[in-house]
Amino acid sequence: MLILTCPCCGVTGEETEFHQGGEAHLKRFGPGSSDNEFHDYLFAKENPKGVHLERWRHVYGCGKWFIAARNTVTLEVYGTYSAQTTEPPKDIRDRISAKVPGWSWREFA
Amino acid sequence: MSTRLATGGRLLDKGRALEFTFNGKRLKGFEGDTLASALLANDQMMVGRSFKYHRPRGIVASGAEEPNALFNMGEGGTFEPNQRATTTELFGGLTCTSQNHWPSLEFDVGAINNRLARFLPAGFYYKMFMHPRPLWKHVYEPFIRQSAGLGKAPRDRDADTYEHVYAFYDVVVIGGGIAGLLAAREAGRAGAKVLLMEQTAHWGGRAPVDGGTVDGQPVDKVVEEILSELSDMPNVTLRLRLMGAGVYDHGYLLGYERVRDHQPADKGPRHRLWRIRAAQIVTATGAIERPLSFAGNDIPGVMLASAVRDYAVDYGVSIGDRTVVVTNNDDAYLTAICLKKLGLDVPAIIDARPHGASQLTEEAKALGIRIETGKGVAKVKGGRRVTGVAICMQAGEGSAMEEIACDAVAMSGGWSPVVHLWSHCGGKLIWDDEKAMFRPDVDKAPTGASGEAFVVVAGAANGALGLADVVADAHAAGQTAAKAAGHKPKKSAAPKADSPSENAIAPIWLMPQGAKYELRSKAWLDYQNDVKVSDVQLAAREGFESVEHAKRYTTLGMATDQGKLSNINGLAILSDALNQPIPQTGTTTFRPPYTPISMGAIAGAARGPIFQPLRRTPMHGWHEENGAYWEPVGHWRRPYTFRKMPGEAIETAVAREIKQTRDSLGLLDASTLGKLVVKGPDAGKFLDMLYTNVMSTLKPGRCRYGLMCSENGFLMDDGVVARLDEDTFLCHTTTGGADHIHAHMEDWLQCEWWDWKVYVANLTEQYAQIAVVGPNARKTLENLTEDDISAEALPFMAWTDITLGGIPARAYRISFSGELSYEIAVDAGQGRALWDKLLEAGAEFAVTPYGTEALHVMRAEKGFIMIGDETDGTVIPQDLNMEWAISKKKDDYLGKRAQARSFMANPDRWKLVGLETTDGSVLPDGAYAVADGTNANGQRNVQGRVTSSYYSPTLGRGIAMGLVHNGPDRMGEVIDIPKVDGTVIKAKIVSPVFYDPEGEKQNV
Repeated sequence: MLILTCPCCGVTGEETEFHQGGEAHLKRFGPGSSDNEFHDYLFAKENPKGVHLERWRHVYGCGKWFIAARNTVTLEVYGTYSAQTTEPPKDIRDRISAKVPGWSWREFA
Repeated sequence: MSTRLATGGRLLDKGRALEFTFNGKRLKGFEGDTLASALLANDQMMVGRSFKYHRPRGIVASGAEEPNALFNMGEGGTFEPNQRATTTELFGGLTCTSQNHWPSLEFDVGAINNRLARFLPAGFYYKMFMHPRPLWKHVYEPFIRQSAGLGKAPRDRDADTYEHVYAFYDVVVIGGGIAGLLAAREAGRAGAKVLLMEQTAHWGGRAPVDGGTVDGQPVDKVVEEILSELSDMPNVTLRLRLMGAGVYDHGYLLGYERVRDHQPADKGPRHRLWRIRAAQIVTATGAIERPLSFAGNDIPGVMLASAVRDYAVDYGVSIGDRTVVVTNNDDAYLTAICLKKLGLDVPAIIDARPHGASQLTEEAKALGIRIETGKGVAKVKGGRRVTGVAICMQAGEGSAMEEIACDAVAMSGGWSPVVHLWSHCGGKLIWDDEKAMFRPDVDKAPTGASGEAFVVVAGAANGALGLADVVADAHAAGQTAAKAAGHKPKKSAAPKADSPSENAIAPIWLMPQGAKYELRSKAWLDYQNDVKVSDVQLAAREGFESVEHAKRYTTLGMATDQGKLSNINGLAILSDALNQPIPQTGTTTFRPPYTPISMGAIAGAARGPIFQPLRRTPMHGWHEENGAYWEPVGHWRRPYTFRKMPGEAIETAVAREIKQTRDSLGLLDASTLGKLVVKGPDAGKFLDMLYTNVMSTLKPGRCRYGLMCSENGFLMDDGVVARLDEDTFLCHTTTGGADHIHAHMEDWLQCEWWDWKVYVANLTEQYAQIAVVGPNARKTLENLTEDDISAEALPFMAWTDITLGGIPARAYRISFSGELSYEIAVDAGQGRALWDKLLEAGAEFAVTPYGTEALHVMRAEKGFIMIGDETDGTVIPQDLNMEWAISKKKDDYLGKRAQARSFMANPDRWKLVGLETTDGSVLPDGAYAVADGTNANGQRNVQGRVTSSYYSPTLGRGIAMGLVHNGPDRMGEVIDIPKVDGTVIKAKIVSPVFYDPEGEKQNV
């Protein structure tokens, strides 16, 4: 059971206090998008063995969504950050690079 | 025979005799006995029948790995099946029965399977019972159910209580043997907050039985010294009868404490589940001895060599008068020496290694024990009890050279470190060729949130088998763990221990190595699931080459012992059959818990009324006092109907409520409906994205019905939205949808449109809401208010603030029944007062409260959909002919793009219609309408299904709604809907609106 820190309220809590919400930094495709774009947006999700950027909600706490950068194999948590951003902040990316040189996740590295 | 010795038994208090019963027989044991040692002291060697072949089975082990001695324990509310005798401490009055036999342990009909063993190989059930299909249901399954199964399921409610406890430590040491004690001492000395847990009732593990010295002192004295030092440390907690059950992510550890299984008369919880967070975990879990695979290795009287030693030293019990020791390593010599010293006969040590043992050989020889090297057991003689062994050359095919009479066999196939807890959270293993064992790869430990290792392994669990190695390893492990947890252990030298030098183990996986089929098919790997060497070989031949496949095909290691004795032997046999080295075969996955833990411990205090807290509306108490027949709805409980007098039939009550509401006046407690306030300058824009229709054009004071879809187009909720002012909307959701629709809104606001100025609050519990329904609804309200609520002042789909009987209220003129209807919202604290006033004001109209079933029937009579009935997560609004509620003008809303996908836009979908049975009967809910022909699986084609079905008291007949292929284009057509009993109901496709299609009644 993971331990995460909510970047909004600062509380460090057990996984049962949070809800996992799948892949982070999704780009929404709406009307006008191609079938392939829309299909990938809905169904083709990242499921890496290693570095992952994931949406979480502090559901039994402040109620806010945030993003966790973590490793699905080593279970290391590189950090959590605001959901109101379109890319992982530099300090998080640097921390991942220090541990997993040459990592990439979608367009981020 | 097995019996109690005159001397010995270091764990017993022979001054305190205890009486217990086994299969109705009254037997005696002592304080300190386990159930297993007490049974053996009473010569009860045979304890059960095997699972598949019903062979007689005896006790094999002395600890948690025991596969055979499983009992039904206790009676009534304390009955529990599959309890291991070896881990059950004896207490006065203990009652148990053996399992898996009929009619009795001594005479068992199922033993015929043993004779048929040749025809019941691995995968037999898969192969045999595939065809023909009907035979499975009527012949095979009843037969298997009768003959299979371990214990009985409990019949009574569990009479005991259980609890959870949360705990936090720097270092948790699992295992209270010499390694665990030493590791805990080092961590404790460094100042770490330490928990040391031991699953049995005693400290010291195997060390006091196996002997040896540490720093010149006998090891049992050393155990006492360390314990006393630990007891004096305020930062160390010691717990017996607490098992490390599972290691999980980020240092989460489950401990299973059997608080008073050994003293059932005590008060308090029976089991306690420890939910621990540990910075570091030390697994000092020891090792388990492996059986050897030779023919007849399951006959009662064949036992692990270490267990024979345990019973003699710990409990003063001899397994037999004449014990033959069979081994491939030095350790089993200790058993021979121990028995001989107790005055028992050891006719021979059969050592499969050509060169035999090292230092212990001399000691054994000095005691006059015959040692046969390079030999093996061809076959054990005996049925319900060992009578002798035939010995042969290990290198040969099993021709017997000599038969040695004996009544017990002590076997040792080497030791397997208990790596379960190391492995649970991803710790990797390596194969140690020299020691013939899988042991933890200390460079690949489970890692935590920091990415650093959080499990350290110590002692025998780390593959250190001799006392000297164990002591050194454990000392270092304690220091490593303390340091990793942030403490600074002082440098100190590890204690020095003496252990005899040993010759290397020989990896003997089958005895003799060229054993013929007759021998291999009687050489057991998994006692509990009855898997033999020949079964695993067959699996390999049939292509089940992955260890995970072979496991499932043969059921090796799938019983309640999870293969503690069998896994390594089984995968070695598999590797041999596949001609590949053992590490290439690998192990199956170790999963928690280490041994089965009680369901009670998992539930803890969460049972009965506190299993799940009940949500109550402000009127809940009134309902309870007035004949409510409850229906659970989410965490709420809503009245399904109200029985006017005791004994009134449910259907009668529902029909009465509907008739009274349609004729005059009904009241519904609608407080459970979700009420979400959406506020802010961008609230309208936001709701336009959430609902399929336009909400931003709604005028303050007005209401609009809306549909909400998920991003993949499916209908997820519906309800009436009221605009309270320019910036504020109140969204009603379904009862079950309140929380997840709130979460859905938050998700989009926080993660997609975070720059929109909108705030959402869930006010579901802040308001009580009462629907006042029926032709006399307005008159009733007028009795309570001076405000103008005429049809002109408060038309259909409008709302206004009024004062009702002195209570400030908001009246929404909306209808889910087709009648003139108002939903009145007041502060929750005023709900009951308003309910009482409405009952009083409605008395002249013979007001009736109604429940959810009347609500459902009335909405179905009107053809209104219900989320969860007409929708199931695969239905889009277009399927329900609700294009009228989907805006064509909007560029975008959640689900719009998905509804344009080819199969969503396909005109060929199942669509909503009404269904009218030709005989007036009520269709079964969920029934399918069949079409001509069959599909690829030989099943009847279908063309629709019933989504809602009721008896309508208003129409005096069954009414239904359903989704039917091209339904709306097939009005008047009659379709066939078969029932479970095989009969067919004919139903005509009609409009789903059965009652007042023009809407005249609600619009007055």
